[in-house]
Amino acid sequence: MKTKTSKKIKEFLIEAVLFLSALSSVLITIGIVVILSYESFGFFKEVPIKEFLTGTQWTPLFAEPKFGILPLVAGTLLTTFIALLVSLPLGLVAAIYLSEYAPHKFREIIKPVLELLAAVPTVVYGYFALSFLTPILQKIVPDLSGFNALSPGIIMGIMIIPYVSSVSEDSMKAVPMHIREGSYAMGATKFQTAFKVLIPAAFSGIAAAFIIGVSRAVGETMVVAIAAGMMPNFTANPMEPVQTLTSYIVQVSLGDVPHGTIEYKTIFAAGIVLFLMTLFFNIIGFWLRKKIRQAY
Amino acid sequence: MKDIKKRIAVSKLWNNIFLITGLLSTLVGLVLLFTLFVDLFIDGVPRLSYKFFASFPSRFPEQAGILSAWVGTSLVMLVTAAAAIPLGVAAGIYLEEYGRKNWVTSIIEINITNLAGVPSIIYGLLALGLFVYLFKFGESILTGGLALALLILPMIIMATREAIRAIPNSIREASYALGATKWQTVKNHIIPYSMGGILTGIIIGLSRAIGETAPIITVGALTFIAFLPVSPFTSEFPFISFKWLFDPFTVMPIQMFNWVSRPQAGFQVNAAAAGIVLLIMTLIMNAVAIYIRYKFRKKIKW
Repeated sequence: MKTKTSKKIKEFLIEAVLFLSALSSVLITIGIVVILSYESFGFFKEVPIKEFLTGTQWTPLFAEPKFGILPLVAGTLLTTFIALLVSLPLGLVAAIYLSEYAPHKFREIIKPVLELLAAVPTVVYGYFALSFLTPILQKIVPDLSGFNALSPGIIMGIMIIPYVSSVSEDSMKAVPMHIREGSYAMGATKFQTAFKVLIPAAFSGIAAAFIIGVSRAVGETMVVAIAAGMMPNFTANPMEPVQTLTSYIVQVSLGDVPHGTIEYKTIFAAGIVLFLMTLFFNIIGFWLRKKIRQAY
Repeated sequence: MKDIKKRIAVSKLWNNIFLITGLLSTLVGLVLLFTLFVDLFIDGVPRLSYKFFASFPSRFPEQAGILSAWVGTSLVMLVTAAAAIPLGVAAGIYLEEYGRKNWVTSIIEINITNLAGVPSIIYGLLALGLFVYLFKFGESILTGGLALALLILPMIIMATREAIRAIPNSIREASYALGATKWQTVKNHIIPYSMGGILTGIIIGLSRAIGETAPIITVGALTFIAFLPVSPFTSEFPFISFKWLFDPFTVMPIQMFNWVSRPQAGFQVNAAAAGIVLLIMTLIMNAVAIYIRYKFRKKIKW
């Protein structure tokens, strides 16, 4: 009898430990939100929110600091936009190819290899963008500066192809076979079926892939920190050096910034903007993917 | 009739054009990977020697090496693995085997999906505010390891859940039918059968952590370290020391980043050499993960 109760207690304790482990992930989110808000609250006590959101100059490390976040947001959006111009068409076409055309064996080999693109450390990509791609681009576009938004944008784009293509492929796979067969029976080729039937049918999944790509590109750090230059620049010109939210945080962290100063708080202010941007995209992506599962 | 034949031919032509475009787009990534390898090897191989692994960083590129970087990476990974593996696997087991469908578990689930999409540098800011200043761990190996552990936790949880989900219910029912408790079922059946998937997830998570730079920079790892942390082994009882946890450190990707951002050509060679080492480390881990997944998939057939 006694063993039975001790067994019960043991079972209960184990379940409690496992539950606390699962709960810890929620604590991480709470930790992120609390730390970011606490430190940026200190920042916004010294800098009015209006100046922060509308200022076009970001010079917190100068003698006369200006705290307008727009140049960093512009840099982030510019590199993200270039990355998407690369990854969206390539990722989508690759997904259609892998889901509709590729022989089974080829797909089994190529998919793990493509995943390796996501496994290469981003600092290596940064080196590659700076020392390999930029010099090549400079031969094509002579007035490209040594640090620019274009080269890291392209590399980031190729880097996120696996994310874009695997989500799109899953959503196309989820389209039931009889819809394809209906199209083939009408005499459509695979190409016509893909573009006129599958893409509309899998639209929310493809949109989710797109959003996930945006979120990845916005949060990417090392490639832009190495190859885009470290210059806050309120521009939409991909030939010029830019600084993103992430590479600003890197730049400040590399120096020795004393705890509690306004410079220290700026990285949390930049961080909260970054966090909210990615959160926004992640929520849309999550909602879109939920829609695919409901569709069929 | 002729008209229709022409239309069919045009459609087929487009179909074939797209087939080739699709193949090429799929291969773009591969071409990039290949070029990256070749470029790195051409730039970096001349510097790869025993001396490169056994020297500290230096002002002179020819004498600089990655000793403090690879020691730092290994120690940080120890902390990361010790923190993330038990926590992640336990959380995954809870969500699949114990969690009832209620609002608590659904909040945890949504939360994990969301955490997986948070940029790595945000984890660095969390670690800076929490571990460095609130818990006063300082800019130490412990802080760096924990920051990376938080980062890969969602990956390990998701891999664990996926592996457990693949186990058919009949296994659980058979175990319960023999009078096993829930924990006995989990310990003797669920964990062993899902080991392949869990291991794959752990290795892939750790390989991400090895290459992560941003969160480690944010917690204030130094870029120039010309000494090693206190050795974990001591000559006196109890022979193991944990002082190294609180030592300053550098890791491989930060050493590489530091060299990339220097203007001298010699340091670019060092950066490429460090890149080769880093790349080989992550690729070996990924290859092991793929192999394990393949082997376990072959071994177990439901």
